[in-house]
Amino acid sequence: MKKVVVIGAGHGGVQVAASLRDEGFEGEIVLISEEKELPYQKPPLSKGFLQGKQTEVSILFRSEQYYVSNAIDLRLGVTIASINPKENYISTVNGEKIDFTYLILATGAANRKLRFDGKEPKNVYYLRTLSDAKWIGQQLESANNVVIVGGGFIGLELAALAVEKGKKVTVIEAQSRLMERVLPEVISKVFYETHIQKGAKVYLGACVNGIQDNGDVVLSTGEALPSDLILAGIGVIPETQLAKEAGIICENGIVVNELQQTSIPNIYAIGDVANHYNPFAKKNLRLESVQNAVDQAKTAAAHILGKAVPYNAVPWFWTFQYHLKLQMAGISLGYDDYVVRGDTASGKFSIYYYKEGKLIGVDSLNKPADHLNARKLLELGIHPAKEEIRDLSLSLKELVSVS
Amino acid sequence: MPSITYIETNGTSHNIELPLGATIMEGAIQNDVKGIVAECGGSCMCATCHIYVDEKFLDKLPTMEEEEQEMLEGATAEVKSNSRLSCQVRMSNELDGIMVRVPEEQ
Repeated sequence: MKKVVVIGAGHGGVQVAASLRDEGFEGEIVLISEEKELPYQKPPLSKGFLQGKQTEVSILFRSEQYYVSNAIDLRLGVTIASINPKENYISTVNGEKIDFTYLILATGAANRKLRFDGKEPKNVYYLRTLSDAKWIGQQLESANNVVIVGGGFIGLELAALAVEKGKKVTVIEAQSRLMERVLPEVISKVFYETHIQKGAKVYLGACVNGIQDNGDVVLSTGEALPSDLILAGIGVIPETQLAKEAGIICENGIVVNELQQTSIPNIYAIGDVANHYNPFAKKNLRLESVQNAVDQAKTAAAHILGKAVPYNAVPWFWTFQYHLKLQMAGISLGYDDYVVRGDTASGKFSIYYYKEGKLIGVDSLNKPADHLNARKLLELGIHPAKEEIRDLSLSLKELVSVS
Repeated sequence: MPSITYIETNGTSHNIELPLGATIMEGAIQNDVKGIVAECGGSCMCATCHIYVDEKFLDKLPTMEEEEQEMLEGATAEVKSNSRLSCQVRMSNELDGIMVRVPEEQ
């Protein structure tokens, strides 16, 4: 009997198990998580969960019964030590061997850590897991001064919820504007102004030189910011160690083909860890998103079931900060022109990015209908004329249905 | 606990008791009701948890926020007068016995 072993139970890992069963896989499925909790969703941790709107139960992917009734052998609190790709088994740190016909690496990514002179300061905390979130939640109860290093999605989501809890919040960002890596200036500006107006202090183009034991965060300018809680969200590093040690080709993640296969054909990689050629970005990259994890999981599951359907899904992402709901579709990096639809001053608008006359991505701020429509335009390869985008009397839904 | 009946497109029905305050989407996902995808995990971001609600319960539902209304417009299956996004509807005692249908597509 065929046996699929999945390492990692985030969005990708859970989806691959679910898709295999949904599509009729009758072999064994083993789903391994290093964490002790039932598999849960990570995006709410920096949003609804820490805001108290979602609970440990409501963020679960599935009930415990689901795994039992779908014959998914869920192994919690199990750490894998190595992969033996020649004899098709993996070993746990306790020496147990688990054999496989197909192995799926859904190992995700780890937080990049702040280091000064090669050393990690002890009093800086990061958010990745449920237990991190619970710990941060507890600290936020008593902290007054919260310093957040990193003005990306996670840092800013944490900043917003700390401000909402009445904390004095300072955000330190090394780039010249917020979320610079992924967003254009016009959107960075809306977020910057909102954070300031809500009461956060935001340092742009600022560098942290060191962190004192008393919690002072020292900037390169010499300024020392006192704090009683320091959180950092400064990017991630893909979890490739198991793959590398097994001789699987890795380069900024685990390199996969369009069917999610690694350099060893019966070993797949999906989600944050997978470096793939993305048809929307027209280059190799890793995407850290729910969409990417879920759709790559479906691609891998289909291939195991004998269907070669290359990964070709429109990338989409989102962030919530205060009342700002930003939804991103496509990959807008490298755009040469953009068109705004709606009024930026109203806080409800979308930006359509073009490259060489073709629509490559759309960011929608508090415009969910535009976002869903944009995903359809990108999926169908429809490139509306820029005048059509500007024309608010024209329904974008028609652009999709006409074609 | 209030109970809910989910009806999948192939007619399979699931009668489930849900804790007060749980969303209809959470109940579906955790209990393996097919056809409710909920890609975004209940953030009103993806419109893949679309349901049709039993007409009898329509006036007992929480009113629809603008956000949900806008997202619904982008749902894949036909949007009807009894369409809702199940991540935005929380179980209450008033909804005890509610029946919801899963659309053909999400």
